[in-house]
Amino acid sequence: MIAFLIKRTLQAMVVMFVISLISFSIQDNLGDPLRELVGVSVSEVEREKLRDDLGLNDPFLVQYGRFAANALHGDLGTSYFFKEPALDVILKKLPATLELVFGATLIIVVLSVPLGVYSAIKPGSLLSRLVMGLSIVGISIPVFLTAIGLIYLFSIELGWMPSYGRGETSSLLGWDSGLFTGDGLHHLILPSFTLASIMLPLFIRLIRAEMMEVLQSEYVKFAWAKGISPWRIYFVHALKNTMLPVITVGGVQIGTMVAYTILTETVFQWPGMGFLFLEAVNRVDTPLIVAYLIVVGAIFVVTNTLVDLIYGLVNPTVKLAGGK
Amino acid sequence: MSDQTQILETAPDAPSRWHEFKNSHLFHSFTVDRVAQISFGIFILYILLALFAPLLAPFDPYDIAQIDIMNSEIPPSWEAEGEADFWLGTDAQGRDMWSTILYGTRVSLMIGLCAVALQATLGICIGLCAGYFGGRVDSILMRFADVQLSFSTMMVAIVVLAVFQAAFGTELYQQLAMFMLIMVIGIAEWPQYARTIRASVLAEKKKEYIDAARVIGLRSPRIMFRHILPNTLSPILVISTVQVANAIISEASLSFLGLGMPVSEPSLGSLIAGGFEYIFSGSWWITVIPGAVLISLVLVMNLLGDWLRDVLNPKLYKG
Repeated sequence: MIAFLIKRTLQAMVVMFVISLISFSIQDNLGDPLRELVGVSVSEVEREKLRDDLGLNDPFLVQYGRFAANALHGDLGTSYFFKEPALDVILKKLPATLELVFGATLIIVVLSVPLGVYSAIKPGSLLSRLVMGLSIVGISIPVFLTAIGLIYLFSIELGWMPSYGRGETSSLLGWDSGLFTGDGLHHLILPSFTLASIMLPLFIRLIRAEMMEVLQSEYVKFAWAKGISPWRIYFVHALKNTMLPVITVGGVQIGTMVAYTILTETVFQWPGMGFLFLEAVNRVDTPLIVAYLIVVGAIFVVTNTLVDLIYGLVNPTVKLAGGK
Repeated sequence: MSDQTQILETAPDAPSRWHEFKNSHLFHSFTVDRVAQISFGIFILYILLALFAPLLAPFDPYDIAQIDIMNSEIPPSWEAEGEADFWLGTDAQGRDMWSTILYGTRVSLMIGLCAVALQATLGICIGLCAGYFGGRVDSILMRFADVQLSFSTMMVAIVVLAVFQAAFGTELYQQLAMFMLIMVIGIAEWPQYARTIRASVLAEKKKEYIDAARVIGLRSPRIMFRHILPNTLSPILVISTVQVANAIISEASLSFLGLGMPVSEPSLGSLIAGGFEYIFSGSWWITVIPGAVLISLVLVMNLLGDWLRDVLNPKLYKG
């Protein structure tokens, strides 16, 4: 287990290194920091001197070293637009995005497990066929169309839900959150459902497929023969083994969800990281773009590593492969 | 030695290919599955519409001379204020929706198909190498695939395209948009193919005909591409259908964010993005009609993919 842990951590560090290298070369090639610092009236000689002072003429690796050292201290440069440290700007927007991901995850877990299990237990029933049919339609609808459809129906036609923004937020232990106000929750509903709609069909189908496979296995047949109650067989014995692959896929999908928050946040004008990122791109705010890349890269790497470790803990066969 | 190869290759395939296909399990299950037939029919219809878009479209949406801003936001012809000339109405710039959708479908399908062709080429070559050579090559390539898969395609595509857009400037970027979309969607998804191909290669490699091919002295590339590859076609077919559907969705999403096709040369995604602003003022058709076209295109591809998966039942790589 220790060997597995070290191996995964090493891999995570290599990936983070590559991400930082890519981010740095973006920063190096995109836009000119001098143009942001000085006006047109500064002469070419002075520019060249400033360039030297700032170390912009140093070799690539020296510059990268400086960048990495600063990054490790939490300094990712100053946003051109906000005139604030880029990392702070990003982290200020992080709670809004995390809330969205949290809301969507909650909806996915609450809906996909019972629906997936049910359609595995009774594959022929009307409800199961309906769920499977709807899930393939769900996969086929791009997330921005889901968002537009929900806004059209619930905000414009029915007027039940707000169509944009995050609503009122309250501060709890420094976490500026919309989860604790009625208005904030009200604003969260449509974006969360939109974000959940991408993953929900996938998870229902995955849980159903795994569950059906598990229900065919010997130990479940043995449990039936022992006369254990169906409820216990389905939800204790079978579901446990169903969840193994679901955890792996789930971990990867959390990362994917962060990506899709960009789309969801754009449609709903949700003031999160993704929306900020697109604004930064339009303004060519390089430090902010780089900071976003590093923060999101870190989220991906950390979730994937954690998922692998959890998987290693629950599934003993992985330990063998890793400890070899 | 070479005589033997000759004989092996020219073994007569007695029943003709067409006969073989007609008696196959695939064809038989197609004749009994109504959903598959309808999906396939609609898919062919889309292909034909896309192919013959210039002939079918009454207007050329790329030709600025034919666009009259006075014609903007005319509802479809069945609505009260509709005009017979524009049976699906016009968009905010006065372009005929029917023509624009035909051309948009063409763009979306082309990007989807080209991107998947690129994915398949990369993925098949890498997967074959990893599976066939095994050892260090395999573990490096598959580690690489793992890492790339852990970053979602959408994320990679958004970041890459956004950075290029910022670097090139919007003008130049719009000219290169189609090429960039194909490259990005194509390169980002190769591990899907590589992992599946590798799994089937590992299964095939143990079989006797591969040993036989090695014994008669065939070189590795030939064994890989002529002997193993044909036996991995069913998983490739299944993934490809779903991947085209995914590529079309990705393209639409990227275009919706303004990172894809420009408004002057719209795909279905950029058409929807353009119409989204007008949905609040009641011009629903600019968004809803291309949206429905996009959804049904993706839906039939997914249904076909599902049907193929059920029929061919390949051992797909499980995550």
